Parts: sequence; C-alpha cells; structure tokens
Amino acid sequence: MSLVTVQLGQCGNQIGREVFNAICSDVHGTHGLCSKKENESYHDACKERFFVEAESGVPVARAVLVDMEPKVISQTLSIAAKSGYWKYDDHSHFCQKQGSGNNWANGYTVHGPRHKEAIMNLVQKEAEKCDRLGGFFTIMSMAGGTGSGLGAFVTQCLRDAFPSSFILNHVIWPYGTGEVIVQNYNSVLTLSHLYQSSDALLVHENDVIHKICAQLMHMKQISFKDVNQVIAHQLGSVFQPTYTAEDGIHYSRNPLGDLMETLVPHPEFKMLGLRNIPQMPENSLAYSTFSWPGLIKHLRQMLIANAKMEEGIDWQVQPPRPGSSVPSSHSTNKLLHFNTSIANLVILRGKDTHSADLGSFRDPSLYTSWLNPQDAFSAWKTPRAFNKYEKSASLVSNSQFLLKPLDNVVRKAWNMFASKAYVHQYTKYGIEEEDFLDSFTALEQVISSYTIL
Amino acid sequence: RPLSLPFAVGQCGNQVGCRFWDLALREHAAVNKKGIYDEALSSFFRNVDTRSAGDGPDIYKGKICSLKARALLIDMEEGVVNEILQGPLRDVFDSKQLITDVSGSGNNWAVGHKVYGCQYRENIVEKLRKTAEHCDCLQCFFVIHSMGGGTGSGLGTFVLNLLEDEFPEVYRFVTAVYPSGEDDVITSPYNSVLAMKELNEHADCVLPIENESLFDIVNKIHQMMNSGKLGSTVKPNSLVTSSVGITKAVQEKPFDAMNNIVANLLLNLTSSARFEGSLNMDLNEISMNLVPFPRLHYLVSSLTPLYTLADVNVPSRRLDQMFSDAFSRDHQLIQADPKHSLYLACALLVRGNVQVSDLRRNIERLKPSLHFVSWNQEGWKTGLCSVPPVGHSHSLLALANNTCVKPAFMELRDRFMRLYKKKAHLHHYLQVDGMEQSCFSEAVLSLSDLIEEYNELDATKGGPRADPSRLKIAV
Repeated sequence: MSLVTVQLGQCGNQIGREVFNAICSDVHGTHGLCSKKENESYHDACKERFFVEAESGVPVARAVLVDMEPKVISQTLSIAAKSGYWKYDDHSHFCQKQGSGNNWANGYTVHGPRHKEAIMNLVQKEAEKCDRLGGFFTIMSMAGGTGSGLGAFVTQCLRDAFPSSFILNHVIWPYGTGEVIVQNYNSVLTLSHLYQSSDALLVHENDVIHKICAQLMHMKQISFKDVNQVIAHQLGSVFQPTYTAEDGIHYSRNPLGDLMETLVPHPEFKMLGLRNIPQMPENSLAYSTFSWPGLIKHLRQMLIANAKMEEGIDWQVQPPRPGSSVPSSHSTNKLLHFNTSIANLVILRGKDTHSADLGSFRDPSLYTSWLNPQDAFSAWKTPRAFNKYEKSASLVSNSQFLLKPLDNVVRKAWNMFASKAYVHQYTKYGIEEEDFLDSFTALEQVISSYTIL
Repeated sequence: RPLSLPFAVGQCGNQVGCRFWDLALREHAAVNKKGIYDEALSSFFRNVDTRSAGDGPDIYKGKICSLKARALLIDMEEGVVNEILQGPLRDVFDSKQLITDVSGSGNNWAVGHKVYGCQYRENIVEKLRKTAEHCDCLQCFFVIHSMGGGTGSGLGTFVLNLLEDEFPEVYRFVTAVYPSGEDDVITSPYNSVLAMKELNEHADCVLPIENESLFDIVNKIHQMMNSGKLGSTVKPNSLVTSSVGITKAVQEKPFDAMNNIVANLLLNLTSSARFEGSLNMDLNEISMNLVPFPRLHYLVSSLTPLYTLADVNVPSRRLDQMFSDAFSRDHQLIQADPKHSLYLACALLVRGNVQVSDLRRNIERLKPSLHFVSWNQEGWKTGLCSVPPVGHSHSLLALANNTCVKPAFMELRDRFMRLYKKKAHLHHYLQVDGMEQSCFSEAVLSLSDLIEEYNELDATKGGPRADPSRLKIAV
C-alpha cells in the first residue's frame, strides 16, 4: 500500500523534502549492515510505499506540495531534483503569490475554499497513482497561517473525499519563545479542528529537537535544516518498512492502518508522541555500539518519566506498584511525574532484533486500565538497519507525553484571548470569538481526558 | 511573487524614494549576476521591452531589458522629481508614474489634502490602476512622506485614503518622517496632527522616523570611521550611508546619508519577501503579528549594523553584538526609550548567515531586560532571510510595538495645542475649501484617544497578574 504525503506551508515543505531525502539515503546502500537480498526487499517495500517509478528511472515521490507563496516550493522542487536519487512530480504542487500572513483565519476561510478544487485535484491524481491507497500523511506547522489554517481545511477535505482512508497529521509545535506572536491562537484553532477530521496527530516539538541537536548531536550553530533532518530521521524510523507482528518475514503493507489500530483505540485520544534512540553525530556512529537491553531500558524509562531524549532521564520515576487500588479519576495513586500510557508501539531496526526482549513494555502498570496489556502494546521489528544506525529503537506513544505542552499552549492562548489582543485580525476573515471559544472548549476537553488517565 | 508598490509623496518622500530605488537596484545587481529578470526583481520592478516606442509589453522571464520601478512619484513642486529624472535613475521611471505640479503646498496640510487631493484624485486613481494592472498580486503599498510639510503630509494622507477606497485588501505601510521640536516650519505641528488622524484611521502599519535620530546615526558612523576604532577597512560599497562611497566623507547633500538609512529600512523590511530563507517573513505577517489592536500600529524600528565589517565569518560574539545593538537607542530611527516602556510585540528580521540557534540564544539573553505586556510575554516574531544586504555578512531589523512612542505623541500634541490655543496661522487652513475648525478638534481628539490607549497599557506594566481562570469542563 502507498502513502500520499501532503506538504503544507513552509515548514511542511521543508520537512517533507528532508523526509524523502532521509528515506532515499537510507535505502541506497546497506552501509554494511545487512544482506543484499534483504536490502532489495526493503527497497521494494519502501518504493511502493513512497515513490512512483518514472520512465527516467528516477523515483517520483508520492506527494502534493501546497503553499500560498512560491519561494519554498520552488526551492523544494529544485533541491529534490538536484539530488539525482529522487524528485517530485513537476505538476504535483499548488502555490499562490501572497502567503497567509500567519493568519489561521486567512488560511482556513479564504485560501481553503478558494483553492479547494485545485488542491484536491492534485491529491486525487496522486491517490489514483497508488495501486492501493494506504492513507494520507500531512506535514504542517501549527504556528503559521498556511500549514495551520489551510492545513486544517485540507485535512477536512481529505476526510470528506476519502471517508475510509487513514489520515495521519504530522504537526510541528513551534519554539515556546516565539517564532510567531499569534502562534498560540493558530495552534489552538489548528488542533481543535484537526481533532475532528484526523485519525491521529503525530507531534514534534521544535524545542525538543533543538535540544537533541545541541546536546546529543553537539551542533554549535543549529539551523532549521538541522532540526528538520533530525525530525526526518525520526519519521523515517517509524515509516520505513518493518515486518508485521504476525510472521516476521514479510514487510507490512499497511503502516498507517497498523499504527491507528494499535495506538488509537478511542477517538478522544489522538495525540501521539515520538521518541527515537540512539541519536548522535554521524561521525560517532562507527565508534558506538549499543545493546538491545540497554536501549530498551532507556526507552522504557523515557516513556515512564516523560523524558524527551536519552540524556537527563529521571530514573527515580517508577510506575505505581502492582496490586495497589485501581486508579481513580483523581489519580492519587499515581506518582506525580509518571507518564500514563493508553497504548505504545516500539519499532526496532537492526542487528539481532529477534533477541530483543520487550517484556518490560508489557507491564500493566504502565497503562491505563481500559485495554488489555497485550492489546496496549505492539512491536514492529526488522533486521534491516536504518540510516546507518546499527541498532535503532523508536517509540510511538499515545500517553500523557503531550499533556503539559498542550496545556501550555492553551494557557498562553487563553491569556492572550482574555485581553482580546489580535482577535480583530481573525474576525476580519470570519473567525469570531465564538469560534475561538469552541476551540478552547474542545482542547480543554482533550486536556481533561488525558489528565484523568 | 507578492508585490509592493511604493508611493513617494512630497519632497522628503521623493528624496527617500530616490535613495530606495538606487539601493534596491544595487542590492539586486549584487545578487543577480546573470542579469536574468527573476522573481526577486519582479517584486519591485517591471521588465519592459523599450524597443517598441512608448510603453512596451512587460517581459516576465529571461534577460533584463529595461527595468522600470513599480512606483508612483507625487509632488506638487517639480524640483525633486525633475532632479530624479535627470539623474542616474531617469530610465527607471516613465512619465506615467509621475504626478507633479508647480506651486507646492505652502507647508499647508489643507492645501495638500483638500485642494490638490481633489484636483488630482482622478489622475492619481488612473495612474494607480495602471501601475497596479501590471502587478500579478499586489500585497502592499508603501507610502513615504514627511508629516510636517504640506504635500507629503496632506496629499500623502489623501493618497492613503484613496488606497483604502480603491484597494481595501492591500496592506498600507507608511514610512512617516516626523518633525523635531526645532522644526523650521512653524505650522508643522498642525500638519502632523492632521496627518496623524489619517494614519490612525487608514494605515495598517506606520514606521515613524525622526530626523534627529537619522542625523545621530550618520554622525556616529563618521565618528567610527574617523576614529579607526573599527580596526578594519570599511567596504566602499556599503549601502548604509552613501551610494557614492564612504570615502567621500564630505556631505554634498546633507540629507542623502540620512535618507539612505530610511531606504535601507524599506529594503530590509521587504528582503524576506524578495529573497529566500529558512523562515520567511512577509509584510502581511508583520502587520498580523505586530498590531494587536487596530490603532496601535506605530512601530519603532532599529537597524544594525550601520557599517560594514571586513570579516566575513563573524564569530558569535560579534553576531550577538548585532542583536544587542538592535536594542540600543543609538540604532533606533526615532528618539524613544523602549527599554523603560512596555513591549506589546517585537519582530526580528535577520539577514545573512544567521541560524535559528543564534536567534534563540539572543532572544533568551535579551528578554530579561525588556518588559513585555502580560498577555504577550513571549511575543517575538522572527524571520530568517538567507541573503544579506550588499557589503554586509548579516544584518538585523528590529520592529517593536512599544508604548515608548507615547511621549513623542504627547509632545506633538503639546506643540499643536500651543499654536491652536492662540489660533495662530489657523486662517491659512480655514480659508481652504472643505476645512473647518472641527477638522482640528477631531484630529487632536484622535491623537488623544491614541495616547489614552497607550496609557491604559502602561498602567498594566509591572503589576503582578494572575492568569485568567481557564474554562471548566464537565468531566
């Protein structure tokens, strides 16, 4: 099955091209880490998932690029083509001239309806190129105007046009200390709308990735490109082919479906966090070795203690003792910083994955009580190493990972809304105070639901 | 490509405008080595085939034939515009972009606004439509004028009104040069306050400029050059002070260097719309992020660096100095004190080899010494443009919406009242058709209301404020 990627706005397009780059670079060459035969089936599975074979032999990404100004798309198309390994379809992009002005309302109520037909035509074309459509992967930032506002509108259109397809929104959360002053308004409006049409939101926070670049990758001057490359690596570690849980021989054909089934048992809980270890500068890779027990132990503690990366993990945090009374809605039995999960997915890539023991992730005390621990946890494995890392472990988690960040965004937005600052910029385009209140209400609901896990 | 259309109105406006076009051409020439008419150029220039006589067709791609500025030059005296048409920029404009008269406005806002406004309305609208026709997608108008005179102030604000009527969707940015206390035009307070009402009501964003600040900056540059403190040679093609070259320290035209600074302001403001970068910042984003309430749209601007450094790979220490400078009064284009007043919002537009980590480091460093309004504690809008200005490795434009403009407005009102109470020179205005005493009282009321809005915000400064209580959800 194939995935159609929709890149929305500057952020969406900049990240999108890094993702396809990372996937391609991973696929070309085994980096001495697996057999030729293994690599060929991996290559084939990856190709089917992300690319269309073109006459020229250069694979064409299954993607639609959307932006309301032309510079980024033009740059994205040319960077891709220059790589020689892959490119975008020359016609699969839509842009306008004047941007959305960081205004969610402009993106949603003006650009959305105006350009719906043109954009959905491009999506339809890409969907038709797929033998079997596995779903949509949209990439957007929630801080600006196009990715956020137009992105929310397009997601709705995708849902309407493809009611039975999976839609996964990859959402970038901006730096806490602004990139955009009205980012919290845009974020609240985006998240509340996406929640209605999307199947799940996979989140990356700029602040977190920035720290990874600084502390783990030891970068001195960090650019957006650096941040985007780490994000692309993490996404690749999830979406590159893996074996199904069942037979461990064939690559899974339905990544989005498997992901949703595994991680989103209830529509109220759609916020997914992502952790990937190890992460290090490329020139250190050759000198480092890791063991599965070590990696799994770290990853589990990162989950429990809500650590954003493998340094600075709080090892004191532990799940509540088994046999204690069933957690009530006030969660008095839960230790303060313990991160409760609904469901988790661990993805292991590399040498000796068959020997990796993931029993510790099946511990019922990690999870809220509604699912059987067997159902709450899934593992995907493949012996084929990813992106030069001899061993690599990723965790996609539906848990309280994003509770605090979400609460922060809502708090700041509410603070600003109370003074009505900037609201006139939105009402100008038809987003009224009522609409803001609806969005706030929806998100307070989500916060409340995650809090009482 | 979103397009901007500058209007230069009046003597001051056209002098600044002239510097702007000169610098813009140089900036694009430095980047565009192959002489191809590219998207960046098209935001300010048309490419015209001049082989056919008169108005040849526009050429949208390929080699540059003849560049024409997308602009309207308006003046009710001929002196400045004529000079432009005889100077090195003469081919950049054609007669259809000019509107001139001979007798000037006599430093009288009413003459500029009511008399010439009326007289030239149709002409302006027609030329405006023609110029706008050539634009694929018009995003923004820039109006450049002074506040203290008659034409720039009166006719300039008339044009502002016109733009709103004819093109309500297009943003209106005004670069307005405010008179100093010692301005030699006695009626400049009248002209300025009358113009302020128009700016309050019809401008999306105003960048106030004060001559004193420009003068101080020019002096500072000359001092640094002469003292040899820089320790490195200053590149002759630095754009900040003079188009001729910094070696010509003698000011042949006293306002040229000062006007260059304002022209640089506009260049930097539009750089992210013209050139690529990892975090683009368009003009409509500036308005969106920096104007929390419709009338509070006066932005303090500061530019750094003001001179070139010979080093190309500048170590972070120097880079950080650039950020500090942006928050120093020496680099502001108006005399105000933002550090001791309240920030409503702040934007940083960086050009050159500066990355997001440099931005973050400096914001974290500078934040503690600045006071932000309670509902916008982290209110920073940032932009990263890859292409630096000519002769620099990087530059920074800071735009602040800060209550520090209030004292300037209060002083202006005081100067106005001193004249108005005595009814000094009022008859010059009232004898103009369409002018009444109420124009004056309404204008000063508009200014007072604006000052009051700033007062209310200032009152919130420093006080501890609990977060407003959140919505409660039934579980």
